[in-house]
Amino acid sequence: MTDPTTGMSNPEPQAARKPPASSVGVLGWLRGNLFNGWFNSLLTILALYLLWQVVPPLFNWLFFDAIWANVPAEVCRENREGACWAFIRERYRLILFGTYPFDQQWRPLVGVLMLLAVIGFSCFRRFWRPWLGLVWLGALAIYLTLLGGGVFGLTPVRSDLWGGLPLTLLLAVVGIVVAFPLSLLLALGRRAENMPIVKAICVGYIELIRGVPLISLLFMASFMLPLFMPTGVTIDALIRAQVAIIVFVSSYLSEVIRGGLQALPRGQYEGAQAMGLTYWQMQRKIILPQAIKISIPPIVNTYLGMFKDTSLVAIVSLTDLLLATRQSFADPEWRQFFVEGYVFIACIYWSFCFFMSKYSQHLERALSTGHKT
Amino acid sequence: MSDTQGVTAEEKHCEAARRMPAPDNEAIIEMVDVNKWFGQFHVLKDINLAVNRKERIVVCGPSGSGKSTLIRCVNRLEEHQAGRIVVDGVELTNDIKKIEQIRREVGMVFQHFNLFPHLSVLENLTLGPIWVKKQPKADAEATAMRYLERVKIPEQANKYPGQLSGGQQQRVAIARSLCMNPKVMLFDEPTSALDPEMIKEVLDVMIELAETGMTMVVVTHEMGFARTVADRVIFMDGGEVIEQNHPEEFFHNPESERTKAFLSQILKH
Repeated sequence: MTDPTTGMSNPEPQAARKPPASSVGVLGWLRGNLFNGWFNSLLTILALYLLWQVVPPLFNWLFFDAIWANVPAEVCRENREGACWAFIRERYRLILFGTYPFDQQWRPLVGVLMLLAVIGFSCFRRFWRPWLGLVWLGALAIYLTLLGGGVFGLTPVRSDLWGGLPLTLLLAVVGIVVAFPLSLLLALGRRAENMPIVKAICVGYIELIRGVPLISLLFMASFMLPLFMPTGVTIDALIRAQVAIIVFVSSYLSEVIRGGLQALPRGQYEGAQAMGLTYWQMQRKIILPQAIKISIPPIVNTYLGMFKDTSLVAIVSLTDLLLATRQSFADPEWRQFFVEGYVFIACIYWSFCFFMSKYSQHLERALSTGHKT
Repeated sequence: MSDTQGVTAEEKHCEAARRMPAPDNEAIIEMVDVNKWFGQFHVLKDINLAVNRKERIVVCGPSGSGKSTLIRCVNRLEEHQAGRIVVDGVELTNDIKKIEQIRREVGMVFQHFNLFPHLSVLENLTLGPIWVKKQPKADAEATAMRYLERVKIPEQANKYPGQLSGGQQQRVAIARSLCMNPKVMLFDEPTSALDPEMIKEVLDVMIELAETGMTMVVVTHEMGFARTVADRVIFMDGGEVIEQNHPEEFFHNPESERTKAFLSQILKH
C-alpha cells in the first residue's frame, strides 16, 4: 500500500471497512434483485400483477370456498366456487388402498407406516452399517407378509388385489433398493477395459434397455414373457412389473454412476492402487463413495422420475395409486370431482418427491468435505 | 537444522550429506533391459538400473524423458512390455497377487498428492494398514499419529485434505505411505505442484526420512535436495539413462553433453 501524498510505502496494514449501506440489508436486497434498472422494475411489477391474478383465486378454490365437511355429492355440485374435499373424505380408502379387501386394509396401512419408519431410520448416516441391509430385508419380508397374508392367521390376499399407495411404494422402494447395486455393477462393468466380454455385456444391456420406453418393457414383461415360459409356470404380474422397473431404472442409473466415475481424477485410482488395495477394496473405499457422492443430484433425478413412472404399471392392470384414483371416479355421483382426486394424489406424489429432493440436498451438504484434491 | 550465519549452502549440503547412512550392497529394485511404449512412442529404452537397500537415488531430466514412467513401472502403475523388473525378490508379471505384494512394500508419493478427499487425514493414513495389512484399527491409528507427528502436523488428524495447504497435504501423503511400513519409497515430483513457500517443509520431511535409512527413488528438479540426499543422481533423456554418478561428480563434472546442457538450463538462476 502506497501513500499517494508522499509516495512512501505505508507500514500500517489497512483496517477492514464496512461495505456501503445501500448494498446491504432489505433495501439493498430489494434494489439488487427486484428494482435493478427500469426494465427489471417493470418485470417485477408485471410479475406481481400476475401473481395477484392467479394466487388468490387458486387459494379460494383450494381452501376458502372449498367444502371440507363430509357432505353428500349433491351439496358439492351446488357449490361451483370451490373444491369438493368431501369426495376425498368419502373415497380416500379406495384411492389409497385400491381394491384391497376393505376390512383388511389395516394391513397395508401398518405395512406402509412401517416402511416409512424404516426409510426415516435409514436417513441417519450413523445407521449406515451392514446390519441396515438386514433391517431392510426384514422390513420387506414383513411388508409382503402383511399384504399377502396366508400365515399367522392373516387371510390370504392375492397380489392382483393389492393396490393404491402400498403398491406404488412397494414398486418404488424395491426398485430403488435393488436397482442401485445392480447399476453399480453395470457402471463398473462398462468401464472394465481389461474385461472386454463383461464390458460388452454391460454396454449391450444398458443400450438395449435405455433405448426402449418403460411401457414397452412392461408390456413385454406382462404379455410376451409368459409365451416363452414352459406351460404351467406362471410368474406373478406384480413381480414381472417389478422386474421391468428394476431393469429399466438400473440401466439409467448405471450411466449416472458412470458419469460420476469418470469425473474422478486418475490420481484417486493410482493413490489407491499404489498402497496395494485390491480392485474391490479400491472401489468400495475410495472410488464408489466419491463417484456416488458427486452423482447424488442426477441419481435423485432418476429416482424421482422412476417413482412417478411406477404409475405406468396401470397399463398392465396393476392398481397403483393413480389407477386406484381413476377407479374412484367410477361412481357417477362423484364423477365430476376428478380434479380433486388428482390434486389429492399429486400432493402425495409431491410429498415423497420433495422429501427425496430435500434429503438429497441435506446429504450433499453432510458429505461435503471441502475442496477436491 | 540450524541456520548458522556464515555457513554457505554448499557446506550445509555437505554437513547434511555426511549424516546420511551408507547404502547396503544388496539390490532391492532391479531393472534389466526394461522397455516400454505408449502406443508407438518408445518411452523407456533398455533401462538397466539396480537400487540397493538404503540407497537414495534422484532421477532428473527434461520433461517427457521418461523419468516418471520409470518409477511408475516399479509398482506397476505402468506396465513394461519388455525386460525384467524385480522388487525385493519378486518379479513383476501380470499376476495381480504379485503386483499387490510389491505395492504393499513400495510406497509412492505423487505430484498431486492423491489423498482421498472424502476421508479425514487420519482415515487416509489408516486405510492401507487396516485393509491391506489387516492391522487392528487402534494400532493403525497409533502408528498414523506417530507418523503425523514425524511430518509435524498431528493437529490436522481430523481435518479433511481439502482443508489443508498443499505442503501439508503432501506431508500427509508421505505419512500415508510410511504407515504401510514400506521398504522403498518412490517420489514422483513431490514438490512440483507446490507453492514456492511450501517446498521447503516437504523437502525437510524427505531429508529426515533419508536420514532414517529409507530406500528412496526421487524424481525431482530440486537439485539442492539431490546434492544433500542422493547417493546417486540419474539423468534421463529421451527414454534412456544418459548418465549416473555421485552428486558431486554429477554436478561438477558431468560427462555427457546432454547432461551439461540440462544442468545449464536448470542451474542458470
